[in-house]
Amino acid sequence: MAEQKYLLFLGCVIPYRISSYEISARKVAEKLGIELVEMPEFNCCGLPLDPISHDMMLTLAARNLCLAEQKNLNIMTLCTGCAGTMRKVNMTLQEDKKLREMVNGYLKETGLEFKGTIKVRHIVQVLAEDVGLEKIKAAVQKPLNPIRVAEHNGCHVLRPAKYIGFDDPENPTILKNLIELTGAKCLDYMDETECCGAPIIGVNDTIPLQLAKEKLDHIKAVGAQALITVCPFCHMMYDLHQSRIERAFNETFGIPVLHYTQLLGLAMGFSPDELGFKELRVDATKLLSQLGS
Amino acid sequence: MSETKETQEKELGEKAVIKVGEMDPRFKYEISKIPGGEKIMLCFQCGTCTADCPVARFSDSYRPRKIMRMTQLGLKNRVLSSDVIWLCAACFTCVDHCPQDVEIAGIIRALRNLAVHEGFIPAVYRELASSVLKTGYAYRIPELRHRKREEEKLPPLPKANLESIAKLSDVTGFSKLFEEKKKET
Repeated sequence: MAEQKYLLFLGCVIPYRISSYEISARKVAEKLGIELVEMPEFNCCGLPLDPISHDMMLTLAARNLCLAEQKNLNIMTLCTGCAGTMRKVNMTLQEDKKLREMVNGYLKETGLEFKGTIKVRHIVQVLAEDVGLEKIKAAVQKPLNPIRVAEHNGCHVLRPAKYIGFDDPENPTILKNLIELTGAKCLDYMDETECCGAPIIGVNDTIPLQLAKEKLDHIKAVGAQALITVCPFCHMMYDLHQSRIERAFNETFGIPVLHYTQLLGLAMGFSPDELGFKELRVDATKLLSQLGS
Repeated sequence: MSETKETQEKELGEKAVIKVGEMDPRFKYEISKIPGGEKIMLCFQCGTCTADCPVARFSDSYRPRKIMRMTQLGLKNRVLSSDVIWLCAACFTCVDHCPQDVEIAGIIRALRNLAVHEGFIPAVYRELASSVLKTGYAYRIPELRHRKREEEKLPPLPKANLESIAKLSDVTGFSKLFEEKKKET
């Protein structure tokens, strides 16, 4: 029996356009003996609708929590937005009786009741806390050449600290430690914890591009050969939009953006094809040859 | 909706004269009753939120400190009709840094919810809402993606229970927000 078993919550962005994250995460999870159970039914975590109706967000998030409670399984998400939202709602509804009664009043209409019996984990938490660094280290069969990379956590895996309670949002080190287990060297750079800007790209496309461009400038300045992300939204900003940023600012970056699970997968001995490298927009061929993969 | 400097500056801050009749003294209490808005009265305008806001660094108009003050002053119409409240990226840096423990991003979310009630909603949110109600997913997953999943040997995507979602949308009052033609900001 698997030591770790979770209900996998994919969210919306990953199936929509970031399948490389799902492909690589499933490979890595299998190798580590993490059993992933598919969601019986799906609805959006609620986050994108929070600006329209907080009550609807709470209810959609709680509905997913109820489905997990019925299965008696903790949820694992790959998206930091889904994780942050469902963690916050889980905690708030556990603590705030009045709010719980309101949401349960809504859920009752569909035969569900929030009880607060399960946990929501982001994959980085699962790897760092549930699986543990020792076990991951043991699964690294093909340590990478010491390439230099930069990390980007994504806000919702760290903030707001009072709801998330993971790592130090002002100086996060957990993802760095996970990266270094693969043999890669993780560099420090300016404004590491700065937001990618993706959430407002639908209302304003100049500010997010400026934010993402600044991040790429900072990681280029320290000589990073790749950027490592753990959120599909952040990945989209730096990978999908990188050529757009290059055109808008007349710059050349050419910095491959890998999901952490792709980096770890390579170090576990999976081939780039098995980890969805073909799906990446910024060509990673040069990086892979430096890695000898 | 792109950010037009002139209109936004006019809307939010640059109208130097504030008429007393424009101020709704109850507005701050209304906000303080919404989850996340509880501590609006404690903002003492230190400006930490604006100083640490990644969006504010690249925007000429987005200033969370100013939005907090206008909310306290009860400049309800000006705040709710402004494009500026839709520029928060919800990174929560302000929430973690506020010395008064004001949940600034939560207050901005509360303002957005009220703006939607008044009929102000950016087109992108209308699309997200429609997609969730029709498919369960915030984005419509193209058929090509479903076929590609098979090729990639990924399990089929879990289906949405649209009946349940519709019911929840009705009981929470979410459906009602889209019933009549609303103004787009």
